[in-house]
Amino acid sequence: MGTNLKPKKSLLDGKQMERVIRRMANQLVERNRGSKELVLVGIRTRGVPLAELLAADLERLEGHSVPLGILDITLYRDDLSTIAPQPVVRETSFPDGSIDGRVLVLCDDVLYTGRTIRAALDALIDFGRPRAVQLAVLIDRGHRELPIQADVVGRTVATSGDEVIEVRFAATDGDDGVDLLERVEAS
Amino acid sequence: MSKLLVRGGRVVDPSQGLDAVCDVLIEDGEVTRVAEGIRPGRYAEIVDAEGLVVTPGLIDMHVHLREPGQEYKETVETGTRAAAAGGFTAVAPMPNTDPVNDNRPVTEHMIKEATRHGYARVWPIGAVSVGQMGEQLAEIGDMVDAGAVAVTDDGHPVYDAELMRRVLEYSRHYDVAVIQHAEDKDLSGGGVMHEGEWSTKLGLPGWPAAAEEVVVARDLVLLATSGGRYHVAHLSTAGSLDLVRQGKARGLPVTCEVTPHHLLLTDDAVAETGFSTNVKMNPPLRSEADRQALLAGLADGTVDAIASDHAPHHADEKDVEFSVAPFGIVGLETTLSLCLDRLVRPGIIDLSRLIELLSTAPARILKVPGGSLAPGSPGDVTLFHPTKPIRINADRFRSKARNTPFHSWNLRGRAVRTIVGGRAVDPAA
Amino acid sequence: MTESTWTRKDLLGIAQLEPSEIELILDSAQTFLEVARRPIKKVPTLRGKTVVNLFFEPSTRTRSSFEIAEKRLSADSLNFSSSSSALVKGETLIDTALNLQAMAPDLVVIRHGHPGVPQMLAERIEAGVINAGDGAHEHPTQALLDALTIRQHKGRLAGLTVAIIGDIEHSRVVRSNIHLLTKMGATVRVAGPRTMMPAFVERLGVEVAYTLEEAIAGADVVMMLRIQLERQGKKLFPSVREYFQLFGLTRERLKAARRGAIVMHPGPMNRGVEIASDVADGSSSVILEQVANGVAVRMAVLYLLSGMHREAA
Repeated sequence: MGTNLKPKKSLLDGKQMERVIRRMANQLVERNRGSKELVLVGIRTRGVPLAELLAADLERLEGHSVPLGILDITLYRDDLSTIAPQPVVRETSFPDGSIDGRVLVLCDDVLYTGRTIRAALDALIDFGRPRAVQLAVLIDRGHRELPIQADVVGRTVATSGDEVIEVRFAATDGDDGVDLLERVEAS
Repeated sequence: MSKLLVRGGRVVDPSQGLDAVCDVLIEDGEVTRVAEGIRPGRYAEIVDAEGLVVTPGLIDMHVHLREPGQEYKETVETGTRAAAAGGFTAVAPMPNTDPVNDNRPVTEHMIKEATRHGYARVWPIGAVSVGQMGEQLAEIGDMVDAGAVAVTDDGHPVYDAELMRRVLEYSRHYDVAVIQHAEDKDLSGGGVMHEGEWSTKLGLPGWPAAAEEVVVARDLVLLATSGGRYHVAHLSTAGSLDLVRQGKARGLPVTCEVTPHHLLLTDDAVAETGFSTNVKMNPPLRSEADRQALLAGLADGTVDAIASDHAPHHADEKDVEFSVAPFGIVGLETTLSLCLDRLVRPGIIDLSRLIELLSTAPARILKVPGGSLAPGSPGDVTLFHPTKPIRINADRFRSKARNTPFHSWNLRGRAVRTIVGGRAVDPAA
Repeated sequence: MTESTWTRKDLLGIAQLEPSEIELILDSAQTFLEVARRPIKKVPTLRGKTVVNLFFEPSTRTRSSFEIAEKRLSADSLNFSSSSSALVKGETLIDTALNLQAMAPDLVVIRHGHPGVPQMLAERIEAGVINAGDGAHEHPTQALLDALTIRQHKGRLAGLTVAIIGDIEHSRVVRSNIHLLTKMGATVRVAGPRTMMPAFVERLGVEVAYTLEEAIAGADVVMMLRIQLERQGKKLFPSVREYFQLFGLTRERLKAARRGAIVMHPGPMNRGVEIASDVADGSSSVILEQVANGVAVRMAVLYLLSGMHREAA
């Protein structure tokens, strides 16, 4: 017994994903009148390659590089449960150590309940006092459990609870793409 | 005139080189005939021993009955009841009671209690020194007169070399054995397990083999000039056994006993059981090389006797940190089954040799009646099934104590009943 | 990076651990080091969890290290120590354990003078138990912090030669280190006075040397042990002066080690007894880094174990 994941439909292929991310970069530039002040912070695990792709697009658009940070929110999660092995903790790093006074753009692949972002905000506050924090997500699938909204969204998708969004990045998964999967009972 | 006929069993009596199916007749507490097809005559009680082994009553020459003074651990009543349940018709309690059995009243008390309850005979062993303090000789003559059959300071060694010399000399007046708990306390220090690979791995203070061996070696040197009879209690190392072997070869009056736990378990049990205090004893469980040497000593005759060193402790006392737990385990209700299953069944020794170790030799060393079914011997008989399965269950011990590492062991061979002085004993009564 | 997970309720010793579990703790500890560099050195991970520090032996160092680790993880911690009235003389360990159990802690950190006590406790309470030193048996978090320190300097453990010098017989630090380093593929060489060398020490899988020079020759790591003047009896060595002559680490003697060798000490040090001051304070010394790593290792252990304890009934 258990559940298996079965592909239901493709939401974005590699080409579409590339276009969506480029549009997200454009929106970031518009919102912030450029990208001079920005620091992109990828939330582990798949927020990191998204941040990297956004940074590359921003550099193409604006002609200068955007600093990148990595945030591991494991220690801030509210779902660390008993009688289950703890997830591996990985390092958090920021470009020059401090985030004080910077405009941070939290990047994550999927926005769902909002709890990850809640944890990420808590973590960020412990590292310093950014001037502002924005949120960029590739997919917003709804079902929020906390009052959290993204500033930049690649694509909004209506989903049901037993569906799963799988985001793949070439850097971590071999190819780019987003699929909608469905949980099915395995016998 | 009371008569009891044990009929149809396989009678194994090393004292007369007997191993045959026959009957044993006991009249007025004494064995009168061992033969095939004895007619019971009128008024004889008959014990059917078909399929069972019938032997001279087993004698455990090294037990702690804890009475007087520590009746919460064991009493003469519960200890002898455990003896009967385990196939023993007699036990020799050590003198480390409270007060110490270094005088007539304590010796008499033990015998009186045993007689009153009637489960097994008690042959008290008196102290060598007053209060077992290792200083002044106890009144050995008076204790022997009251019924003591040997002397020892067991629980402690006779540490002072001069005292050992003097007790060997003095004991000759009464022809009693001097039993030594061989332990050099300076060398064993705070040791709680055998000093070896496992004490090193577990970081527990070690009790080295040398601490036993230097005392045995010293005593044998003394024995050569002092005379007397010297017996090593719970001998545990290959080196001590070699010393005893050499002593015997030189004609010294030396004997020794080993315990079932030193024959069956080794020091790695401390790690395997996760520091169980039921594998903590003094002397400690030794290395596999020592164990093999003891087994060889059983077979080649160097080891004279098997004794349990039955050492009951209250559960509260044992359920503590390994380092602070008291030494010792109970053995009266496991010894026979362990020996049958682990010594006789694999062929290390035969049944006759086992009975010599558990009955004939102890009687000879302590110079007490028994150890034989020859006519004129006391009517003390043990009946056991040589191969019937038993699962050791400490919760059903007759002893007050449960401290055994053998709980839940599955063995073959079990005591069925004991007869003391021609009377069948019921340990359940 | 390791991909293994932690599935044990307790950390009783290194002897039971798999190399992958050791690596998981070390990798996690490396991450927790970063927390100590943050302006706010506290994460909410163990919020609402209760950790009891049960110290039957005086220990300022290890206890403080655990306490800091607990606080940085936001756990509620409380201390029972032998000096306080909470551990009443005469109460059995079992009763202490049952009392503890009734308070439903999530984790218990225990230091005790007798080997096996953490295991005894672990079998009786639902909380996860961390051995903070049991007699001369094990001191797993010390070995882990030592390994973390070595790894930071040498980049690996496998293939290194680690010399451990001092009272081998009475040291729990040695036993845990031997288990850990040999499991991870390092060579361990122990040295000390013959009176402080335990029986069958070679069965622990180590090389044995009886001079400092022989022990240090070509070593990548030199770990000096504390000589406990109060603990070692008069029969084990004649005087501190003579000990230093035989086994004291001096700058001159350290030259026999491999270039770039590091010097470690579990603390507290006896300057001039097992180690000369100029070595302790010298460029090879990583002794204070060991202390910093100690907090990170303990955070990692607390974090990993906090997932596995059983819910109190």
